[in-house]
Amino acid sequence: MSEDIILDIKDLQTSFYLDDFEVKAVDGVSFKLPKGKTIGIVGESGSGKSITALSILRLLDHPGKVKGGEINFKGRDLTTLTDKEIRQIRGNEISMIFQEPMTSLNPVYTIGQQIRETLKVHQGLDKENGTKKAIELLKLVGIPSPDKRVKQYPHELSGGMRQRVMIAMALACNPDLLIADEPTTALDVTIQAQILDLINDLQDRLGMSVIMITHDLGVVAETCDYVAVMYGGKVVEYQDVKSLFRNPKHPYTVGLLKSIPRHDTDVDELEPIRGSVPSPKDMPKGCRFAPRCPFATELCMEELPSLDHVEGESEVRCWIYTDHWDGDAEVKAHGPKRVAQSN
Amino acid sequence: MRAEQVNNVMTQKTDHPFTRSLKDFYSKLRKNKSALVGGYLIIILVLIALIGPYLTSQTPEAVDYGVKLQGPSAEHWFGTDHHGRDIFTRVIHGLGITMGIGISATILGGIVGIFLGLISGYYGGKLDAIIMRMMDILLAFPGILLALALISILGANLRNVIFAVAIFAIPTFARIVRGSTLATKKLEYIDAMKALGASDTRIIFKHILPNILSPIIVQASLFIATAVLSASGLSFLGMGAQPPSPELGALLSDGRDFMWDAGHIALFPGLVIMLIVLAFNIFGDGLRDALDPKMKK
Repeated sequence: MSEDIILDIKDLQTSFYLDDFEVKAVDGVSFKLPKGKTIGIVGESGSGKSITALSILRLLDHPGKVKGGEINFKGRDLTTLTDKEIRQIRGNEISMIFQEPMTSLNPVYTIGQQIRETLKVHQGLDKENGTKKAIELLKLVGIPSPDKRVKQYPHELSGGMRQRVMIAMALACNPDLLIADEPTTALDVTIQAQILDLINDLQDRLGMSVIMITHDLGVVAETCDYVAVMYGGKVVEYQDVKSLFRNPKHPYTVGLLKSIPRHDTDVDELEPIRGSVPSPKDMPKGCRFAPRCPFATELCMEELPSLDHVEGESEVRCWIYTDHWDGDAEVKAHGPKRVAQSN
Repeated sequence: MRAEQVNNVMTQKTDHPFTRSLKDFYSKLRKNKSALVGGYLIIILVLIALIGPYLTSQTPEAVDYGVKLQGPSAEHWFGTDHHGRDIFTRVIHGLGITMGIGISATILGGIVGIFLGLISGYYGGKLDAIIMRMMDILLAFPGILLALALISILGANLRNVIFAVAIFAIPTFARIVRGSTLATKKLEYIDAMKALGASDTRIIFKHILPNILSPIIVQASLFIATAVLSASGLSFLGMGAQPPSPELGALLSDGRDFMWDAGHIALFPGLVIMLIVLAFNIFGDGLRDALDPKMKK
């Protein structure tokens, strides 16, 4: 098992140092990603999911800093590499695609020039071979008449096409890991599905691992093998995708699932999670979710639970699953999902 | 969009990218009449400066006291000065010298300013603070005073005029470039390039610089006007081109003593200086409008 793990993040801590206080954007995140699999990192805005991704590639801007923890990628700890070493990994072994395809391409260069750029940086390909490879890559990501597209500028392409180009650039050097930071958020629904299919398909063909960062559980269901749910800079639940949808454990996950429409049950009104993400300035002392949690007890408010194994591979950070919890007996017996449903 | 336009888009031939952006640029520029007039004026002035000296029959330094202080005539279009030199010939030769100083000072100062602005804006922090405070110090001097001071130290000749004018070009370019760099480095495609493993040098010069060229070009065009004025001003004060060089400011200075008796000596070089400055200014203004996406229509 262990040699198949391509990425192993241990207790990652990333903070932003502002003038008078420290914002712990990512606070002790750990997860493992097996080779060829997809992990989804789910959470609301401000939960630290994008910062986790940026920390892996060390792309944080000042005043953000990885404070502690390990990011083991193929046996190397990325946090200890020099700038030059990490540059050789970026785009080559780990690639990233971004949320905004409309602005993620440089407007002054043609598509071909931009794809060639990556190839030149990492493989030193000249113009002729680079263009050939660029056309191949565009074909791979399903762009029609790629030989014409290489000569076009970004503004001549639609959002979906641009995201395909971004994917082509990211795949130029056959990376082992692709980080997709909300790759479909800015696209309309039909294009979203196409892009997700494309990522899935390419993953199968190229055998790469994917970290899918999203707030959309639909995207998770469609693409991921494992899911880490993040809240307030911490992972609150880690499960394989089927278990997560069938049997969500953390009250936050339960709330998330209840706030999306389903086609198999008839509900008049979706139920939102009340309240909002806590400000990093005054994080709750106990469980980060406690102030919004319908089942919270005094214990939840006072002390932070740890991320523990419950069944098999599933991990959850919640007092309900411990012996210390003294809240509603029904919740304890049947889990928050059943109880929430019957209400 | 009308059907034929759609059709045009669908069937449009794909030119080489560079030709296409040039065409695009020209069509934008064409809509702006003043920029176009300024542009043509610059082209004409440059052509005269380059070719003119070979077409005049006289040499600028040829002295003929028999015809001194004559007004414009068929033989001497702009008249003659107190040494009987043909002013038309001198102005034609001086045009090249003055524009040459203005353009080379702008290029020289521009390159240094652009470089400082780029690294200052991209890296930020202490480096930024140090560079920009140095620029503030330079900006605190009135440009012409700084140039005068430098030339009095270095000695009065054309090379030092270029150098002095270039020095006060640096802060204006550095500021504009720094501002644009700050805005551009935050854009997603710069992050995307970083994520693809590009080095800082590559990002700065290959990805940021081409995207901030428009304000640089506009600034360069406007600064050439300033540089021409400063350069001829310095020569007028005797701190630049030395007699008998026909630099326009020096010609103006020659005419100073004869303003009431033979006004044409100062008039023609003055007019040409004005024309150069006007051409670059209206071209720069028009260029700014043409290149600014917010000003479309």
